[in-house]
Amino acid sequence: MKNSKSGGLNRRTFLRGTLGGAAISVGLPFLDIFLNTNGNAMAATGAPLPQRFGTWFFGCGMNPARWNPSTEGLDWELSPELLPIAPMRHRMNILSGYSVLLDGEANQVHRTGVFGALCGGAPKTADTVTGPTLDVLISDAIGTRTRFRSLEMAATGNPRHSNSLRDVSSVNPAEPSALGFYTRIFGPGFSDPNAKDFSPDPSVLLRKSALSIVTEDRKRLERQLGYSDRARLDQYFTALRQLEQQLELQLQQPPPLQACSTPQAPVDLPHDTEIDNVIANHGLMAQTLALALACDQTRVFNMQFSDRASSLRMPGSTDTHHTLTHEEPRDAVLGYQPNATAFVLKSMEAWTQFCQTLDAVPEGDGTLLDNCLVMAHSETSEANTHSIVGMPFMTAGTAGGRLRTGLHVSGVGESVSRVGLTMQQAMGLNVGQWGADQNQTDRPISDILV
Amino acid sequence: MRYMSRVLIGASVLLLFGCSNPDPSATGGPLAMRRLTGEQYRNAIEDTFGSQIEVAGRFEPDNRQEGLNALGASRVSVTRSGFEQYEAMARSIAAQATSPELRVDILPCEPQSATAPDHACITQTISELGRILLRRPLTEDDIGLRAQVASRVAEEQQDYYAGLQLALASLMVAPDFLFRVEVAEPAPLPDQPDRLQLTNLSLASKLSYFLWNRGPDETLLAAAERGELSKPEGLAREVNRMVASEHIATGISAFFEDVFVFDQFDALSKDVAQYPLFNNRMAADAREQTLRFVVDQLVTQEADYRTLFTSNQIPMTRSLGPIYGIPVRAVDGWERATLPANQSRSGLLSHASFAMLHSHPGRSSPTLRGVFMREALLCQTVPEAPADIDFTQFTQDVAAVHNTARDRLAMHATATSCRKCHALTDPIGLGLESFDGIGKFRLAENESTIDTSGDFDGAAFSNAAELGQAFAESPLVSACLVENLYRYAVGRKHTNGERRLLRYLEDTFAGQGYRVPALMGDIATSEAFRTATAPSPQAPKAQTVKQQTTDIDRTEFDDKAHVSLIVSKSKPT
Repeated sequence: MKNSKSGGLNRRTFLRGTLGGAAISVGLPFLDIFLNTNGNAMAATGAPLPQRFGTWFFGCGMNPARWNPSTEGLDWELSPELLPIAPMRHRMNILSGYSVLLDGEANQVHRTGVFGALCGGAPKTADTVTGPTLDVLISDAIGTRTRFRSLEMAATGNPRHSNSLRDVSSVNPAEPSALGFYTRIFGPGFSDPNAKDFSPDPSVLLRKSALSIVTEDRKRLERQLGYSDRARLDQYFTALRQLEQQLELQLQQPPPLQACSTPQAPVDLPHDTEIDNVIANHGLMAQTLALALACDQTRVFNMQFSDRASSLRMPGSTDTHHTLTHEEPRDAVLGYQPNATAFVLKSMEAWTQFCQTLDAVPEGDGTLLDNCLVMAHSETSEANTHSIVGMPFMTAGTAGGRLRTGLHVSGVGESVSRVGLTMQQAMGLNVGQWGADQNQTDRPISDILV
Repeated sequence: MRYMSRVLIGASVLLLFGCSNPDPSATGGPLAMRRLTGEQYRNAIEDTFGSQIEVAGRFEPDNRQEGLNALGASRVSVTRSGFEQYEAMARSIAAQATSPELRVDILPCEPQSATAPDHACITQTISELGRILLRRPLTEDDIGLRAQVASRVAEEQQDYYAGLQLALASLMVAPDFLFRVEVAEPAPLPDQPDRLQLTNLSLASKLSYFLWNRGPDETLLAAAERGELSKPEGLAREVNRMVASEHIATGISAFFEDVFVFDQFDALSKDVAQYPLFNNRMAADAREQTLRFVVDQLVTQEADYRTLFTSNQIPMTRSLGPIYGIPVRAVDGWERATLPANQSRSGLLSHASFAMLHSHPGRSSPTLRGVFMREALLCQTVPEAPADIDFTQFTQDVAAVHNTARDRLAMHATATSCRKCHALTDPIGLGLESFDGIGKFRLAENESTIDTSGDFDGAAFSNAAELGQAFAESPLVSACLVENLYRYAVGRKHTNGERRLLRYLEDTFAGQGYRVPALMGDIATSEAFRTATAPSPQAPKAQTVKQQTTDIDRTEFDDKAHVSLIVSKSKPT
């Protein structure tokens, strides 16, 4: 599925080969980055700045009639539910209209939309997902040289609120607390890339030895297992190997990074689904994440502002965002559900704030956001009917100049796989075709690719 | 008194498992490879190093499958961030266990010098502690490799304990510590070459995790090493001993915690304006209250399982007093209490734990409660809500006054698309409406009297106490317990070949007066429990990439309560 389409040699495949897996279908201007004529792509030391990919998830979608912009292209007309993003609109793209094509499968409420988008096809049954998700595909390609392959966060304080998985036996749990998230990155084991002196921590070598003993057991154990358990054991050893690689990196002096600084530990706020707590925790996590990226601790991240079937709630209310989307009457004058819609606006505000946080960190000649590609998405468009037609997507950042921004592209009737394929190609993955069955595509959204 | 009851259980069980009435022979299903739960991990550390060790770290979330985390444990693996946590915990535990303050009590030997390698002592330590952790005697390789690396480190660092720490940590991140891997050998039956039986050591682990939720003790391991678990009398003797042990309470508690989805307490939150009484201490106590109640009834009092639905006894703490309207004398700890007679409370269904867990953060939910009762207590399946219904079509009548949940749910009884599922969940859920979103008794909602009457599969009830009685009398309730307990024991769904065994177990359960410890003994000594079919070497057809999934998380569960209530104009302020 992730392999490029087979076929004759053409100019593109030739380019792909010579660039060693860099982005496809982007045409020649992309070479600029590699020719070192683009100052934005270079750190002060002359080394290329790391490029990062992230997802930002908000549950329960939006109201299509009020969210989708009425005009396309640059300077698209701000729609009522996109008003909050106005300050950052020129650093973002709006991708509307893309749908999960069901291929005859049932629409499993609050699941099909998100895994359809992240895995390139509708899940077949209520308890299957064909992984890996988009972020894992990308972290396999760009995340192997950092301390963390990827970082997952849930502003709702629930480690289960994660959409990131290699397969269903290994859903990457989210960090539920801002303080815990901070400690994991900047606590013990963090090596400041800008520190004057570097001496490898001798305990790291011991830890590596302890892990190496374990790998000896692999063959003996594998012999006894059937197919699916062997796959689970493989997953365990993959996790072990990734920790070994992480330790290996800690033995080397990291290259200095101008943008990196060590933040203060955040306060430990209550973490639950009440909107004010979620916004506060989200803000703290975003700040920690921004510096984790600037210090090159990871190049892939997944932030859940809210969960699938959003359990966000206003203080004092008997309802959650999710129950409101189903139960609140449409206001006769306004024509929509005002209380449910309040959460859409909160989500757009938080997304804007998230991007601003990344944008506040100077890096190279621009900001950290310039060297990121963040994809915001949801599991549905109109939550009331669990619609997976015309789902909302937004991107922010240019991945070091590989994306245009400020655009609205409407892909009415097209598969969400086009979005996922575009993300992979923008991040330099050697992928020409992606998605399953009806959702398969070899057409990225070229409007936004440079 | 407590001692007496143990002896009695032991005696009665011995009678049962010693008798010659055979169960219908059934071959078990595929072998299981189960990831330790957080609780099992903690128990293993306690059994190996003692209770002074602090296990600080986070475990990956469990994965609930078909109602049980025990089934999900056979499906999950370890993610990289999960492994990171295991490794950090292993280092912290190893450092504590070898610290000058604790090591005298924990380690089996003292090295001749703390600043040099000691081959004899390191070998003995790895071998003895490793045996508890890995639930089997260690191989020469297991020991030799670790002793070698540990000695090298001790030499280089001039610190025996630095080497030992490393060896211990490596045991605690080993796959056969973190996973319970069942191993089988051909059963000595020439006519059934595909039939496997668990090795003695695998069976020992399976028994002890089922009955005690922890690894085998030395007696059981020794019996396994002598091969005694392959003999009916050896197996019966060990099962009798284990069922009579005080650890059976831990095992029973772990099982009910799983069935009652109590892991959801970890993410439980309530709206403080709606429920000013609520706090985290109260939630933790409500969870413990129900588990204490179950153990007290089933183990201490040796009660009939069905009395869980009718008993008016309840363990109580001061933090829970206000929910039940019971004054509690003790500032700390638990005391016995009787449910107030005027709140129509009796048994589990009226416990605060259920009321809290199966509600929204700001209100009760008859539908969520009904779904829980159908799925967890009756082993029935409630279909998901239809995806494409615009629910607002039912809610547009803004002039209507919907004060109570019954008013708000009324349309579900008439609209065809709703009725099919809501007829299953709502009538019984409405029977518990006298308990609000944290379990406090109430007579009215929005100043309208609450009607808790209804019908449970043909049995009329007028309030929660009568609903509890109807549950106690339902054959579905006890059959579901048998099914859940069996699936929990084997870590997978029962196979078709095991249906007859389940019927048999239901009969013996009834015949023994619905005693759960005795039922656990029957399962543990059944043929299906100790036999298995050969694993499939290939991927299941058309399933090369997909596998069975993931959790029913709370939000997806919530979707079954998609239209449980309609926002009414008379919402409380």
